[in-house]
Amino acid sequence: MTDIILAIVILFAAGLICAVLLALASHYMGVEVDETVNRVRECLPGANCGACGYTGCDGYAEALAKGGVKTNLCIPGGAGAASAIAAALGVAAEEAVAVCAFVHCNGTDEHTSKCAEVDGCSSCKAACLTFGGGESCIYSCLGCGDCADVCPADAICVKDGIARVDTRLCIGCGMCAKTCPKHIISMLPRTARAAVICSNHDTGAVANKTCKVGCIACRKCEKTCPHGAITVVNNLAVIDYEKCTGCRECVAVCPKKCIKSVDFEAHTIG
Amino acid sequence: MELFRSLVIILMGSVLVNNYVLSRFLGICPFLGVSKKLDQATGMGVSVIFVMIMATLATWPIQTFILDPLGLGYLQTIVFILVIAALVQFIEIVLKKFMPALHKSLGVYLPLITTNCAVLGVTINNINDGYNFLESIVAALGCGLGFLLAMVLFAGVRSRLDESDVPQHFKGLPITLISASIVALAFMGFGGIVENLFPAV
Repeated sequence: MTDIILAIVILFAAGLICAVLLALASHYMGVEVDETVNRVRECLPGANCGACGYTGCDGYAEALAKGGVKTNLCIPGGAGAASAIAAALGVAAEEAVAVCAFVHCNGTDEHTSKCAEVDGCSSCKAACLTFGGGESCIYSCLGCGDCADVCPADAICVKDGIARVDTRLCIGCGMCAKTCPKHIISMLPRTARAAVICSNHDTGAVANKTCKVGCIACRKCEKTCPHGAITVVNNLAVIDYEKCTGCRECVAVCPKKCIKSVDFEAHTIG
Repeated sequence: MELFRSLVIILMGSVLVNNYVLSRFLGICPFLGVSKKLDQATGMGVSVIFVMIMATLATWPIQTFILDPLGLGYLQTIVFILVIAALVQFIEIVLKKFMPALHKSLGVYLPLITTNCAVLGVTINNINDGYNFLESIVAALGCGLGFLLAMVLFAGVRSRLDESDVPQHFKGLPITLISASIVALAFMGFGGIVENLFPAV
């Protein structure tokens, strides 16, 4: 009988000691969890896409709670998240620019050709390491769909050998732009009315040979643009969306049709 | 010298011959669950080493100075579970307070290890094998290192598996279990090696 009582007492004592120890530990050594972090975290969409530049939504929430960080960095959350965060933190909301991914290449199978066949590669990254991927234009989209694989919103598909973004589905996280080994995907503001659908930095003569719709750096757009929004940098037209008013005069004048009129909300390109 | 030799045998024996995952098949759930990526596998392995040593530090005196003198050896399992669970929670609180960086890297894994069978297995086997305090700690270190080794090796195997063309019906867990058994078979080759590596002088 005493054995049973002893066993119960020992076990009870062990449990009690552990409990008291833990209670004391959490009382004296507990770390205050900042409530703001939780409040801010609830404003974020939880996609953990990393577009803000932090390690997922939790990382961004912690950085926000510490202060000194812009509230408009969450791209999937957009203006809604920015204002909610600003309300939770009690600061003035910053304007959030909604963006959309855009593939700067129109080198579909009918416009360009391959100079080599890359066999057995299922990723752009691997194909790119193999002599640049076998497209005659080395700036061209390889069409293996690395961007489609990383897209958390399933907004990218490969059509005619070129990655295409469904702008209605794109959440603007920028994962595709980071993944693309050719760096031909960029995040454009959703208000953009025209976009350069080429990434070719070759001179006109070379670009003309490799692709029927490549930018030949003729500078017609640069001269035509009434707002000075287009500059040809390194043989490629670049649109400054701060200055662009959406008049689309460049679209009309481009001889290679490599500046396209776009409307991301209506999902029309070209 | 003799002491050193026996400690080395215990250490190497528990890393290679009696590997907890691959020979005794304890701690299989973290072995299969967290071995997908090398960094996670390493984090888990290091946390297990840490917890195994701490658990042994706590449970060996309890068994030797409290349970055995009172003739309550049969309470071993339940007391050890209680003590280890409380200990891991306690360590987590302490780490969070004083070493936030370490807590960030190990913190995710600590609750997973709280009631891990490998940790309980180490503490109970140390008692069953009749090790003294020092030997127990060395054995715990060895078992933890063995766990880390198994995790790291298997993370490598799994990253190869991801790249390979597995038949449809074997995709996922089946091929993982098959490759785990092959790795375990490979570890059988270590049987008897340690005593011969460090022969008695």
